[in-house]
Amino acid sequence: MKKLLLLLLLVISPVKAEIYDINRLDLKSHQGKVVYLDFWASWCKPCKESFPWMNSLLAKYPADSFTIITINLDAETDAMHRFLGKVKADFDIYHDASGQIAEQFEIEGMPTSYLIDRSGKVVKKHIGFYTKHTGKYEREIEELL
Amino acid sequence: MTAKYHWLILGVVIAASGCSSLGVKPWERNVLAQDDMLMDTDAIDLALDEHIYFSKEASSGGQGFAGGGCGCN
Repeated sequence: MKKLLLLLLLVISPVKAEIYDINRLDLKSHQGKVVYLDFWASWCKPCKESFPWMNSLLAKYPADSFTIITINLDAETDAMHRFLGKVKADFDIYHDASGQIAEQFEIEGMPTSYLIDRSGKVVKKHIGFYTKHTGKYEREIEELL
Repeated sequence: MTAKYHWLILGVVIAASGCSSLGVKPWERNVLAQDDMLMDTDAIDLALDEHIYFSKEASSGGQGFAGGGCGCN
């Protein structure tokens, strides 16, 4: 009975996202996988809307060929933690408080996401998140898988 | 005389480059994106204003900073 309860708890409890400092980001280590790289912030409403969809992608595509990496751009760490207390995230989060990586990627809007192929090349860039376009985003991912 | 012009050009270049970093980067809009920063607290008022600007002046957007999906309007 105890084992059953433990199993049930594991199934229903949300998978906790790991939060890392931006200096630990190593995109090269993900070569061989299709990567969906997403830049977000706690105050950005479309970013919040994209989270359930990104969680569903992880459940839909095999982990050995697809991964999601997100970069949080909140200047305040507390704001990020408050957001993650309310919104479920199944993917790893790198915190870039100073916006150094955002500057390198020349982010033009929030959220911005990049689709990176298995060789590590950026093949698509999406500025903003629109639920009506999720089918298109998924087709783009599937073309690379 | 030439030296004076050099100083003048240098001054203009320095003054003009001071404007090059104006504006807020998309990821720095946390305060601007708050509801308190909207032009009006009432959503219906905002929608009416937006409609008036769109129909009378052929312009839209600029009423807030977090909407539009991309944070760029």
